[in-house]
Amino acid sequence: MQVLVDTMPMRLEVRRGERIDRRHTFGFTWNGDRYTAYAGDTIVSALAAAGERIFSRSFKLHRPRGLLTASYIDPGCMVQVGDEPNVRGAHRLVESGMTVRAQNAWPTLRFDVKSANQAVGRFLSAGFYYKTFMKPERLWPAYENVLQRFSAGGVVSESSTHGLYDKRYAHPDVIVAGGGPAGMAAAVAAAEAGAAVLLVEEEHELGGHLRWAGPDALDALEKLRAAVAATDGIETMTDSVVTGRYDDNWVAVLQRSLPHVKERLVKARAKTLVAAPGLIERPYVFEGNDTPGVILSTASRRLINMFAVKPGHRAVVFSANADGDAAAADLERAGVEIARLVDARKGEDIVRVSGGKGVRSVECNDGAKIKCDLVVTAVGWTAPTSLTNMSGDRPAYNPHAGRFFPSSLPDDVLVTGGIAGDGNLDQLLEHAHAVGCEAARRSAHIGRRRRAAVPQSNSDEGREGPGDSPVAIPELPIAGHPELFMSRTHGVVDYSEDVGSKDLVAAVKEGYDSIELAKRYTTATMGPAQGKLETVNAVAVVAAATGSTIEATGTTVWRPPFNPISLGALAGRIFEPVMFSPMQPWHEGRRAEPLVAGTWIRPDHYGDPAAEVRNVRTNVGLIDVTPLGKFDLRGPDVPKLLNQLYVNKWSKLGVGSVRYGVMCAEDGVVLDDGVTGRLEPDRYMMSTTSSGAAALWEWMENWLQTEHPEWRVCLTPMTSAYASINVAGPKSRELMRRVAEEIDLSPEEFPYMRVRTGRIAGVDGCFVWRIGFTGELGYEIHVPASYGLHVWTTLIELGADLNVQPFGVEAQRILRLEKGHMIVGQDTDGLTGAYGADLGWAVKLDKQDFAGKRELVWQSENDDYFRLVGLQPVDPSEIPPEASQIIEGTKQIAGRITSSRMSPTLGRSICLGFVAPHLGAPGTTVTVHLPDGRRIPATVMPQLAHFDPDGGRVRG
Amino acid sequence: MMLLPCPHCGPRNSSEFRYVGEGTARPDPGTATIGVWRDYLYTRSNPAGWTTENWFHRAGCRRYFTVERHTVSNAVRASHRPAAQARTTSDPEGLSAGTERGPDAGPG
Ligand SMILES: [Zn+2]
Repeated sequence: MQVLVDTMPMRLEVRRGERIDRRHTFGFTWNGDRYTAYAGDTIVSALAAAGERIFSRSFKLHRPRGLLTASYIDPGCMVQVGDEPNVRGAHRLVESGMTVRAQNAWPTLRFDVKSANQAVGRFLSAGFYYKTFMKPERLWPAYENVLQRFSAGGVVSESSTHGLYDKRYAHPDVIVAGGGPAGMAAAVAAAEAGAAVLLVEEEHELGGHLRWAGPDALDALEKLRAAVAATDGIETMTDSVVTGRYDDNWVAVLQRSLPHVKERLVKARAKTLVAAPGLIERPYVFEGNDTPGVILSTASRRLINMFAVKPGHRAVVFSANADGDAAAADLERAGVEIARLVDARKGEDIVRVSGGKGVRSVECNDGAKIKCDLVVTAVGWTAPTSLTNMSGDRPAYNPHAGRFFPSSLPDDVLVTGGIAGDGNLDQLLEHAHAVGCEAARRSAHIGRRRRAAVPQSNSDEGREGPGDSPVAIPELPIAGHPELFMSRTHGVVDYSEDVGSKDLVAAVKEGYDSIELAKRYTTATMGPAQGKLETVNAVAVVAAATGSTIEATGTTVWRPPFNPISLGALAGRIFEPVMFSPMQPWHEGRRAEPLVAGTWIRPDHYGDPAAEVRNVRTNVGLIDVTPLGKFDLRGPDVPKLLNQLYVNKWSKLGVGSVRYGVMCAEDGVVLDDGVTGRLEPDRYMMSTTSSGAAALWEWMENWLQTEHPEWRVCLTPMTSAYASINVAGPKSRELMRRVAEEIDLSPEEFPYMRVRTGRIAGVDGCFVWRIGFTGELGYEIHVPASYGLHVWTTLIELGADLNVQPFGVEAQRILRLEKGHMIVGQDTDGLTGAYGADLGWAVKLDKQDFAGKRELVWQSENDDYFRLVGLQPVDPSEIPPEASQIIEGTKQIAGRITSSRMSPTLGRSICLGFVAPHLGAPGTTVTVHLPDGRRIPATVMPQLAHFDPDGGRVRG
Repeated sequence: MMLLPCPHCGPRNSSEFRYVGEGTARPDPGTATIGVWRDYLYTRSNPAGWTTENWFHRAGCRRYFTVERHTVSNAVRASHRPAAQARTTSDPEGLSAGTERGPDAGPG
């Protein structure tokens, strides 16, 4: 039954600076009950205003968890919103009608069966995963099943739509990461100095700690926001986060809260990066520190000042600094009774909190036990050194300040704000101003250097000397702070992963005594918060357990991403170009079944591939072979290039002739094959496989540019410049006679393996070569691409009485398999040498040099390679699937099937395959192991061709 | 993603390029032993330090060129056209491009 919760008992009176808009209220549901929020409320602030205190169950032990930081990283506030899991509930703003549910709780948040884990906690100790996944291996599926039920994440809906995710490239001069006072001041200074600035803020508005730090801070905030708005050259992104910094300031920014777009990943190339991430308040480790009602001082100030929510009724404040004292004052003004301010600076300490689903009392080190429902801690700060870490810096610990600082930064990364030091607001702004100016100056310098690296033909602009001398950046004072990490009791260190100080100590005792080892063994710092809250405490616990210091223990490396990125944002939009031939409209009209072949979409068949095969064998067929790689080669040294690329000889190719050639890589492996024809004395046309065309272009350029730049060859890729049509079948000559002009088609004037240029169907500039991949009399017509559809439809119309029919890739594959023509990549793989592929006849080892020659010499002397043979199953109805193994004895692999089809022409199954050397003799019976476990015999044929081995048809 | 200075186009995202590999001289296949040939095919020094390597500007000028890159810091101190090209043109030194981080840049 749905409960209506429309009161906000913890909501305070209107206060200056609150980010909620009380004129607008929204209804939303939490675990099925209806709640009310103001515009500007986060999910958690709205629930806290209604008096809710438990928002999730912890990862392993299923302890109830409340809010801790009241910010994006709050580990206890991950919730499910509709079909979206792991939503940051203390960051995500409430929207009208939102459906919010608790994660990791079963059957309910308040009564969780799995919290029985607390009783069996000793089984979920340090190294739990490693210990669990040892032996016996047969229990792994059982472990996995159990672990899945206990995983912390929400529920992924398999029916969710992808949604619109976006990407953008940006080229700012300066990126400022962090929109607090220092970030804003640095952005303004950099923009005033002429830089294009991208200012990125994780939260929903600029301001950082000024938003909750009292009236003076609010005055300063208004001025800074006005300055940012009034300064040209600043692009501000809020609810956006810099997730990573990579080489040369390649910076990833995840942008949220966009109209019409779920998220956008901005890939920015910045000249300088200013890291101004502020400080993260550190939790305190003591018994019961994860009880709902134990919160950080910044969380209490956010709740009160930004959301007008009273965090509790009676509080104990444990303070080690002025911010803790200010939080106590805030609480008092908000009507919270301060039961005691426990002052760490006077040696006072809190030892444990009692209470299960909420704080009931707290015990101090002087024995006092105080009843309260709220414990606020202020024990110090962590500088998020993530971005500086990603810039190559290893942060250094300063015991005086009780926190880490960046130690050495590259020229193009600067820091300001709390990561650089303390001081009052004026000092902070002065520092940030200087950093912003210097960032702009360095960015101009880097820009000049980059422009100077581009060869210029006319302008000298950009080659001027370096800019002004460096801007003096004042030292920010570093405030002393007690080193305060842990009480004398054990508590939670990593809230996301449910790792306690006890687990870390146990890990050290088991020998994992460096922080990097203890981290991996316990998974501390490896959860959703990624170390922001828990790294330094983990280091302190390990340092104490090893009798070492924090400096000597060091810190773990922060790696990208700073915050999790959704897979949708990484995927972005689909940017995969596809290519169609000019004949595509005709294919679609004939309802061709499309085949995705690399970037090309081709007709696989037009309904019945076997009928298409029969028509080619008896009449005439047309296939669209436009994707064939085609290269125009001109110049006096083309024969030298061909001799270098192919294993065959090319010096004696006459004008008007074509030749089939095989290319090998330098390791003697078959790389590509195709025909090349000589159209004119200094002009050749090369064809390659469709899939190999792009790589072949680079391969040819490599020979021309790096090995033989002295060769005079002009190489132009022509693949999509010509539409290509193969006309195949006994009636193809008759059909060609009806479309060709200027070309004598008689067998004497245009024999097999010749090329002719002329006019086809009225189109000038065509060339035709007479070749026969299908094994039939055939002509391959190449026409300027824009006339492809015209020539194709003309052939179809003029050949109607010859029963011309189109055929697709599948029919072509059957035809060529009947004819025993191998396909590179289908019948060969990355280890197939030219001899193994039965191409030894083409290899001319007496050529002085060609690609792969040295290995082919070796192959010719070592003939223990598997060889490609024609195979026919003894049972003509068995078609062994491609990649079926050929075996010898019970389990020795002795080859494989590379191609197999039912032959419509022969009425039986036919194959190509590789067999071990001693099985290659014609007539040998081999055993083929089928995927269903059966083993069938097959016979090695005398040659690759199953049909017309003498080639009488193709030469006709 | 690092910037790579193409001698023809200037600094561009490394995703525009194809890494060809460490520069190795091709032996004469007529005289090289099979061992020498396989060294050429497969053996690379893979230093943690300065290396001379070839790249191809696939999404740009489609030229092959040579850079000296520090494999730890990704600093590039020289970028020029292939040695064989310099032999046959009027620019015997090759066209030198600017250095992004200066010649002394090493691991941080
Ligand atoms: Zn280029």
